[in-house]
Amino acid sequence: MEQMRLALAAIGIYKRFLVKKTSQITQAVAGVSMEVPAGSLTALVGPDGAGKTTLLRMFAGLIKPDDGHLQVLDVNVVTDPQTVQDRISYMPQRFGLYEDLSVQENLDLYADLHGVPQEVRGQRYRRLLEMTDLIRFTRRPAGKLSGGMKQKLGLACTLVRSPELLLLDEPTVGVDPLSRRELWEIIGQLIDEEQLTVLITTAYLDEAERCARIHVLEGGKLLAEGPPDEIRQHARGLCFIATPTQGQPSRVLQAQLLDDSRNIIDAVPQSGAVRFIRRPHARQQDIDALLSGIEAIPVEARLEDGFMVLLREQYQMTPPDTLPFERSALSAPTSGENRQSDEKIIEVRDLVRKFGDFIAVDHVSFSVQRGEIFGLLGPNGAGKTTTFRMLCGLLPATSGFLQVAGVNLRHARAPARRRIGYVAQKFALYGDLTVRENLEFFGGAYGLSGERLRKRIQTVTQQFDLAGKEQSPSGVLPGGFRQRLAMAVGLLHEPEILFLDEPTSGIDPLRRREFWRRITALSEMGTTIIITTHFMEEAEYCDRIVIQDNGRLVAMGTPYEVRGQAGGKDATLTMEEAFIRIVARERERDKSTERALSL
Amino acid sequence: MSGKKSQSGQRNYLGFQLRLISLIRKEIRQLLRDKSNLAVGIGLPIILILIFGYGLSLDVRNAPVAIVLEDASPTAVDVVSGLELSPYISPVRVPSMQEAERLMLAREVEGIFRIPSDFSRRLGEGEAQVQFLAYGTDSTRAIIIRSYINSIVGQWTLRQADRKAASPVPTEGRITLVERLWFNSANSSTWYLVPGLIVLIMTLIGAFLTAMVMAREWERGTLEALFVSPVRPTEILLAKIVPYFLVGMAGLGVCLAAAHFLFEVPMRGSLLILLGGSMLYLLVALGFGLVISSITKNQFTASQIAIITSFMPALMLSGFLFDLRNVPVVIQLVGKILPATYFMELIRTLYLAGNVWSVIIRNYAILTSYAVLLLGLARFVTRKKLD
Repeated sequence: MEQMRLALAAIGIYKRFLVKKTSQITQAVAGVSMEVPAGSLTALVGPDGAGKTTLLRMFAGLIKPDDGHLQVLDVNVVTDPQTVQDRISYMPQRFGLYEDLSVQENLDLYADLHGVPQEVRGQRYRRLLEMTDLIRFTRRPAGKLSGGMKQKLGLACTLVRSPELLLLDEPTVGVDPLSRRELWEIIGQLIDEEQLTVLITTAYLDEAERCARIHVLEGGKLLAEGPPDEIRQHARGLCFIATPTQGQPSRVLQAQLLDDSRNIIDAVPQSGAVRFIRRPHARQQDIDALLSGIEAIPVEARLEDGFMVLLREQYQMTPPDTLPFERSALSAPTSGENRQSDEKIIEVRDLVRKFGDFIAVDHVSFSVQRGEIFGLLGPNGAGKTTTFRMLCGLLPATSGFLQVAGVNLRHARAPARRRIGYVAQKFALYGDLTVRENLEFFGGAYGLSGERLRKRIQTVTQQFDLAGKEQSPSGVLPGGFRQRLAMAVGLLHEPEILFLDEPTSGIDPLRRREFWRRITALSEMGTTIIITTHFMEEAEYCDRIVIQDNGRLVAMGTPYEVRGQAGGKDATLTMEEAFIRIVARERERDKSTERALSL
Repeated sequence: MSGKKSQSGQRNYLGFQLRLISLIRKEIRQLLRDKSNLAVGIGLPIILILIFGYGLSLDVRNAPVAIVLEDASPTAVDVVSGLELSPYISPVRVPSMQEAERLMLAREVEGIFRIPSDFSRRLGEGEAQVQFLAYGTDSTRAIIIRSYINSIVGQWTLRQADRKAASPVPTEGRITLVERLWFNSANSSTWYLVPGLIVLIMTLIGAFLTAMVMAREWERGTLEALFVSPVRPTEILLAKIVPYFLVGMAGLGVCLAAAHFLFEVPMRGSLLILLGGSMLYLLVALGFGLVISSITKNQFTASQIAIITSFMPALMLSGFLFDLRNVPVVIQLVGKILPATYFMELIRTLYLAGNVWSVIIRNYAILTSYAVLLLGLARFVTRKKLD
């Protein structure tokens, strides 16, 4: 039998880091052995902090492993990194483009550095620029490109030559679905035409599904490996879809299912229904009781399902999901109508915000009803954050009408602020202060004191499961805990509306489920929630959503209605497909008007 | 075999050349497009020259001194008129000692010159006294003003003596002591400060600007992709040094032109030796900046460290303002470690004294060692490693 040629072989790789802030040692990679056959597309999948980037950097010779044997292109990369670096191409997660150099100058620089001969450059550039659709922007400084375009330029710079091994570190992170699809098309084309060997890391499981082999990494260890089909097998026969009775939001059923961790591995809302994975040994009558008469239709397992099964197995030993809220509040889920009222708690009409000549928010109108979960979706640079900041009273509007909790924000921003809670995308609390001190400080800042403050702190500590860590400096706590603390702080003064800016970016699927469980519970208690996200499937948790692109609203309504807008009658589209269709159609329309105008 | 080897060696060299040129081109483009770099490289030297050259002066001119004339005799008035003519003193006549003291406490005058009521009588007896009170918080200034007053009174006494001697008895072989300052014959601190300023500006351009450049690449994450390519660390370093060396030389040009045309500081030594010394010192400063930059990997920290460990000591401890021989031993030692001290000595000697070979050779040797040491260290800390 012919031996398969290996582009990369790793045996027993270990790497520890000293975290300076806490002077604790983290085991980033703990005994990873893996192989990448030449001429294949291999994915390294895992949640944030699983050790993907550390591994890739070791493969690129940028970090030395503490232990293990590492052979890249038949060269020992630990002792001879330069030889490997002469032959591979590597795209780091944050590809550092030189922002004051133009697109062409960036390409030239990397072509020079990789020693690409002048005579092949012309053709190569043309192809790369065509594929990335950057041909019109060659003279534009890289700093003035949008997020998706920057990422495409990064990929183009990495591909100025055809390397023997291509390492891509999360090339699609922080990129909108449309650009993500385009990036994958480019990678796919190159693999077909040049027989490239590619190792790619990703947190998106639907992307990993395109790869020949997958290595699932978690906590620095390999959880599983094999072709996507093999990973999928772990969930075979366990996946079902249940459609709740008319009028009931799917997230209520989803919450009910997810809470029963003895019988259910995972549940997510999808296209108006709930997709769940049952435990292999769960009894049928328990599942039936849980569904209370709703029919469950078996469906094909996806890669993500297999991944979730593996993750849950891994975490079986850890304590079961803590229930954030009193069960009584959830045991009898109230239907949507009771919870919501027709009262408009936020009203926006013809909202405009300009930065110089640039129109960030372009005549946007919508309203939010009391008690809703309202989602603000859109690609990077669509104007989500700007709209969001105006709603919170952090940024004045250029023109338009804006009323939050009955207060007109154009005249009185301070009173409105007291009635809203805000959780920023970045951890905005004091890392040096303890959990308790942060709660006390922000409580004081919102005007709480004495008995009332004490009581509120007690309540949110319980609500957000912060007990036991009150005396720890908040900066050293794990990410999930910090996010819970940030939410607790945002809710201290019992606001009517809670604003959450990209709360789930960079969070693994397990923690995302837990987060949304808290959000739906909060909503049950009557808090209105406004949330931005770039995970399109998370729109399914919302009562209503708006989609923004280039500053304008391109779609609005319930997730069901928005899917309808995208696909006509066929409303079983996933949210991501709907999103891509709507945004692509909108941009097409822009182009044709542009063309019409120029004629 | 050997032929093959030399061929690959030649290819390596060609690659080196191509990459270096490409990196330098990139560096120069960035330098020209980022306005803050040019502001520090060219704008700041000009501002510093103007501030230090015109604003900072150790000379005393037109110091207000209260004059209390308690004796109204013509002799007393004659003494005081000597003060009025002096460019260093601007006398303020006050009627009484109380008034003078009030002005002094209000710091409206810096000294009180008092001629007591018995001045003419005692002068006639051959032993008159005048009183001078100085505001002593700034002792250097007080001493300078006192010495001016002393010399004015001394001159008056001399003139008196001359006038008396003009009558019958011929003067015999009188010795007059004329003080003269060496190497700064105009006794102007501008002559003393401007050459020192060149040291400061070269420190600022060299250490401060380069302290930012590597750190900026670390911060923006541009190095990670650059590392995984055939680029060698030496090439990255050289590409940083070359453009900033040129900026430093441009800054030097601005300084030299200002010294010559604006402040008319004479140059006693050789311009070539001065240029050579400046290049050496520029390499020292560049090396220092690159070491800081590579270690801190953070622009803010790097700029703070560069200012605190290179610019501030060069300002205060290199002998720019204060003579190092007058400070405590510990501070002297700190001054002796600073490369700026040696460049300061070299440049002042060249400007104000001339080609003093012993000084030139010693300081050239010290600066060369520093340049080799710091650039070597910069190469040592610049590695294609992320951990």
